[in-house]
Amino acid sequence: MSQAALAHAVYEPVLRFSSLSKTFGGTRALQSIDFDVAPGEVHGLVGHNGSGKSTLIKVLAAYHDPDAGAFLAIGGSSVAFPATQEQIHALGVRFVHQDLGLIPTLSVAENLLLGSIAAERRKHSGMRRLCGEAAGLLARYGLDLDPGMAVSTLSAVQRANLAIVRAVGGDLRGVSDAVRLIVLDEPTAFLPADDKQHLYQLIRQVVAQGSSVLFVSHFLDEVIELCDRVTVLRDGHVVAHGLETMGMSTDTLVGHIVGHDNRRERALLSAPAPGTYVDVRGLNAGRLRDVSFEVARGEILGVTGLLGSGFEDVPPALFGAIQASGELDVDGRTVGLRRQQPHAAVGAGIAFVPADRNRQGVVPTLDISDNLSLLVLRKYLRAAVLRRGRIRNDAGTLLDDFDVRPRTPWAVTAALSGGNAQKVLLAKWLRCQPKLLLLVEPTQGVDVTSRLQIEQMLVTRAGQGMSVICATADPEQLEALCHRVLVMHEGRIAAELTGSAVNKHDIAEACLRSGGRPTQLKGSESHA
Amino acid sequence: MTTTTTSRDAAPVHPGARKGPRQPIVRQLERVALPVALAVLAMIFCVLRPDTFATVDNLSAILGSQAVLVVVALGLLVPLRAGDFDLSVGGTLTLSAMLVAVLNGEHGVPLSATIFIALGAGALVGLVNGLFVLYFGINSFIVTLGVGQLLLGIVSLLSGNRIVSGIDQSLLDAVVLRRFLGVPLGFYYAALLCLLLWYVFEYTTVGRRLLFVGAGRDVARLSGVRVNRVRLGSLVAAGVIAALAGVLYAGTTGSADPRGGTAYLLPAFAAAFLGATSISPGRFNPWGTLIAAYFLLVGITGLQMLGAQTYVQDLFYGGALVLAVALSQLLRGRRPQEFS
Repeated sequence: MSQAALAHAVYEPVLRFSSLSKTFGGTRALQSIDFDVAPGEVHGLVGHNGSGKSTLIKVLAAYHDPDAGAFLAIGGSSVAFPATQEQIHALGVRFVHQDLGLIPTLSVAENLLLGSIAAERRKHSGMRRLCGEAAGLLARYGLDLDPGMAVSTLSAVQRANLAIVRAVGGDLRGVSDAVRLIVLDEPTAFLPADDKQHLYQLIRQVVAQGSSVLFVSHFLDEVIELCDRVTVLRDGHVVAHGLETMGMSTDTLVGHIVGHDNRRERALLSAPAPGTYVDVRGLNAGRLRDVSFEVARGEILGVTGLLGSGFEDVPPALFGAIQASGELDVDGRTVGLRRQQPHAAVGAGIAFVPADRNRQGVVPTLDISDNLSLLVLRKYLRAAVLRRGRIRNDAGTLLDDFDVRPRTPWAVTAALSGGNAQKVLLAKWLRCQPKLLLLVEPTQGVDVTSRLQIEQMLVTRAGQGMSVICATADPEQLEALCHRVLVMHEGRIAAELTGSAVNKHDIAEACLRSGGRPTQLKGSESHA
Repeated sequence: MTTTTTSRDAAPVHPGARKGPRQPIVRQLERVALPVALAVLAMIFCVLRPDTFATVDNLSAILGSQAVLVVVALGLLVPLRAGDFDLSVGGTLTLSAMLVAVLNGEHGVPLSATIFIALGAGALVGLVNGLFVLYFGINSFIVTLGVGQLLLGIVSLLSGNRIVSGIDQSLLDAVVLRRFLGVPLGFYYAALLCLLLWYVFEYTTVGRRLLFVGAGRDVARLSGVRVNRVRLGSLVAAGVIAALAGVLYAGTTGSADPRGGTAYLLPAFAAAFLGATSISPGRFNPWGTLIAAYFLLVGITGLQMLGAQTYVQDLFYGGALVLAVALSQLLRGRRPQEFS
């Protein structure tokens, strides 16, 4: 098998996957992927959310086992599944994830040499010695950092660079297990655009010293600029493998990522009422900078963008869940967002369904009926006593209305599946008849049936006059749900899609293009 | 099992319908394990020491004279339920007892006024705890540990580091001397407090919010619960209840010892954590705490009657606390409990 696979390869690839499939439950996340990375290259891996990129990386990291029949070779030696993380590490593969995994309170030197300190190979780990070693390592990659500085004082790009140098040289092992491949998983998502060049320089240094880089990113311009070749995933398939980036246009890449499948009929959305019902002015929060928009009564507004665009900060900022400034009008009442608090937002008829269901949405250890009744307890007070029988009764009715199974209001919420727990979370808020519903990734970790039910429920409620702001990175959901979509980039509104432009194709394209500032113009010209 | 579930599912739920389908037998056992253990323990001692243990005097001594412990443990329950520690209850108890002794016993201030002042001092301690925990965002464990020690210093200053006596006889009457059904009134105060907390925890909006603040603080905040108010309120309540325990202490002994209250801190924690393994397992609850406190007291009294030395007390309380925490961890499915 491996002989045949290698026979027609001109070079010995650093990494080679073939016939790689991965099935979760009934759905295939990856379908017979063939993929390789050449020595000394920067290889881009692109694709939309749900295309299978992260599953591929997780298989490589030995986090997921692939389906039977998959073949993986690293540096010419094949890896048997189930593989362990130690195995992959020993074969010289390193990962730098988007969160970087640095310890902010420790110094640059300590972070850099953490691996070798932990490996207990060193007899001396005095600070002076550590700093000396760290300085040598930093100099090797041309990084001008003081080894004694705390990581918390570094800029974002300095941290990213530090994490990469640590991955390449941090454990100072012998030549036998030299680092062959570095996987950079969206390392630039949270970097200011102007600083990215510093990161590119370092990556080129790393490649010059003999390692290969697998670069996962949504930002197509930087992929074209930095990578030698690029592979595109769509719906679990490799749709383009190892394209040379020399002279490639962003459009070509967008075309591969988005594909040209047929447009579906959109769900029947009732027209929103004319006029403004919700008005957001000068919103600043998290990554958001001076964002203003309006929502009509009964309108479902989608907010989306790439990782790092800040789109997911819009709902919590309006609810007072995170620090914000700006102004919000709901149904004629004005709220200063600097002083916005969740309890005031609830009082103003605003509901907030956060993405992190189990930490922020419902309390898994409490009963379903407890979770359902938290917002409306007052209703059940009679003569200073809560009528718990009625609370549980009404909870049962709600579970019927929202088709939650099993219908057990007395059970702990943790007993429910993701889809059913999400319906409980929605029921908890919708029973208060909010004027404005704020959602973040409302169907994350939710099965397909529940997902459709939830979307239908939202459409119905909007038809009855509730306004909705839904932040999600899923173009398909935006298409199914939204009257209008705002695409964010670097904290600002980069595009607004209305009418027939609200389809997953155009949405995905708008997201990808928003990231590519220099070539944006050219892209839209050729598209026109 | 399956058939009963389906028939229940099909039938409409009537108002006041009782809680759910029958729970697995293991769950049921968990609920009643502690009360059963208490009964078994009491019976063993009755058989072994029929002349000393199985007497009305002994029963009333256990129930009545140790009401202080029950009250402190119940006070602890409020912040524990909201996810906060209060280690200052020992100090608050001592301060309160000493205030009653000094003001009433030495300066002749009327009893009702001194009780009022003592309870006010307890509330003040809760406010100070709350200020540091909430405004400065410091872990409640550390804040209340410090404040508890600070209070002992104040008590020493207040009393000149000596036992102060001379408290109005009417307080002694109202706590230990007067009896109802052969049991000193102190016991009934503790039982009433237990009933009150049960009502507040289970049947008021405040109690439900307290539960959410403890079980899922972010969920509570994002559902519009004013988490800081609830936490402040729970610390103030703990202070007032600990002060009440101090008044009962003064009423039990007729005097105040500048170190007397500190001995209650660990047993109170042991009772609260042991209580959380029973009645509604995995949750700090008043009835469980009441039973746990008497389980500990019966155990110690019985062992001492069997001739065990005083060290048995420390062994029993310390061991019970560690065991109880381990047990509650098991009940929570080994998830680490989050306190702040």
